[in-house]
Amino acid sequence: MHKKLALTAGLLALTTLAACSTPANLDLSLSHPSAQGRYVVALQPPATAPAINQMHAWQVRLTSPAGTPVNGARFAVDGGMPQHLHGLPTKPQVTRELSDGTYLLEGMKFSMTGWWEIKLAIQAPLGEDSVTFNTVVAEPPAQAKIASSAP
Amino acid sequence: MKARFTLAGTAAAIAFFAVVPHPSSFAESAGQGGTAARDRWSAEELGVLASMQLGRLPAPPADPSNAVENRPQAVALGKRLFNDAGFSGNNAVSCATCHAPDRQFQDGLAVGRGVGTGSRRTMPIVAADHGPWKFWDGRKDSLWSQALGPLEDAVEHGGNRTRYAHRLRAGYRAEYEALFGPMPDLAGLPQDAGPGGNAAERAAWDAMTPAARSAVSRVFANMGKAIAAYEKTLAYGESRFDQYVRAVLNKDAKAAQILNDREVAGLRVFIGNGQCSTCHNGPLMTDQHFHNTGVPPRNPAQTDQGRAAAIAKVQRDEFNCLGPFSDAKPEQCSELRFMASDDPSMKGAFKTPSLRNVALRAPYMHAGQFASLDEVVAHYVRSPAAATGHSELATDRHQHAERKPIRMSDREAQDLAAFLGSLSGAVVERGKP
Repeated sequence: MHKKLALTAGLLALTTLAACSTPANLDLSLSHPSAQGRYVVALQPPATAPAINQMHAWQVRLTSPAGTPVNGARFAVDGGMPQHLHGLPTKPQVTRELSDGTYLLEGMKFSMTGWWEIKLAIQAPLGEDSVTFNTVVAEPPAQAKIASSAP
Repeated sequence: MKARFTLAGTAAAIAFFAVVPHPSSFAESAGQGGTAARDRWSAEELGVLASMQLGRLPAPPADPSNAVENRPQAVALGKRLFNDAGFSGNNAVSCATCHAPDRQFQDGLAVGRGVGTGSRRTMPIVAADHGPWKFWDGRKDSLWSQALGPLEDAVEHGGNRTRYAHRLRAGYRAEYEALFGPMPDLAGLPQDAGPGGNAAERAAWDAMTPAARSAVSRVFANMGKAIAAYEKTLAYGESRFDQYVRAVLNKDAKAAQILNDREVAGLRVFIGNGQCSTCHNGPLMTDQHFHNTGVPPRNPAQTDQGRAAAIAKVQRDEFNCLGPFSDAKPEQCSELRFMASDDPSMKGAFKTPSLRNVALRAPYMHAGQFASLDEVVAHYVRSPAAATGHSELATDRHQHAERKPIRMSDREAQDLAAFLGSLSGAVVERGKP
């Protein structure tokens, strides 16, 4: 249902502005139960929002529903922009486990502002599962006084 | 830096007086206090406009694979190499032959013409340092590695590695050694040998010792690094579009005098129903990515796989970021390490070009398929099926779930082309006295 509302909002937005409006009902929380409830997955973005097209890393925290860290997991990363029908511009990978149940997700990049999906397929001792996050990449707000020259 | 800004401002001012086509169309909005109705934009639209200003362009990213890219001596050497026709098979083709400084560092031709005729349009090299992938298909991952490609291409420069190493040693030894250390002894090496040349050149290359091949390849790579240092100084200056957005954001009535009514209408199409800013976003008006938009191949009998065919090339390129001639640590090669390698939409996809100075850079598309911006706009309105792969553009026949077909009136198409003419500014050489 949420998905359908989101789709409708996306269509409406396209009629006004090519840089699509983000659907109103998007779940932007960065901590979710996985699709089948085997895990709780939390994403940690970089402390400072990366610039458009800047390569950066996130962290992934994987626990059981009871909150126990899950070690030794493997992840496949996918995603893209549902409103523009394209995938991620890069092929991000979870490259290593940094500490108990916390993993490093490298190779993240967003090539434009707007609504992006980040999908993780999880392989870990409690079984296979998957999770999808939404994130909205924004430009800094328009400023009245902009420097007059390029760097 | 200061000189550069002055240059940019002067050129933009000249462009303003020279390019504005219909001064009479200013009449209806001029003279009003505050911003005229045609210059009022929603908060969301203002955000998009602000994001496209040249002033928002970050400094070019550092290339860790090129240790000399910021050295003034490398810039000076690179500029001489760029203009030296001796680095070619027939002593008549330099980088500047196709990348002509007085033609936006392009040649105005549908496909490049060096010692022979190429199959793709010569790319602009201005601001090319901002994107991770070079060429229309992204088969190179740095400016220096890119510069080496045409030098060895049979129809571009048509030369080979030992020929270039000999010439560097004969004509540029002191400049080279100041940057890169002692040049290897080339005595006894063949005049013409290289892994990408004709049969005789390849055989001569294969007959060299591995150490000699490596030494010559390193000289060749360093030549590319100097050329890249020069290319990295080339940047776009401000356009009337940038001046307009600044005036609008400042609620300055002067906005009405910077773009005419048709250009403003075209800007509305650009960020609205034309959907251009979907891919042509940011200060350079490119997402630096690859898309299949159904642009017809130049030769229908010979389709071009574009990005899909380039992935393996850049992965196995000895001159890539992870290769033996790179100055980067492997962990610094994140673009290559995390390159999207299995995206089916890359079949027949080509790089989104910057739209800076686009009106000065006809013809258009990856093989010069369209002679004018009107033809380019007409292509997107038509949104034909792709000859290879699948076009991302939605059509009435092929509706996408969430992207609408591009629809605009004839008048809007003309306005859009007019707007694209407002993106012209100077080409400036950073640091040039």
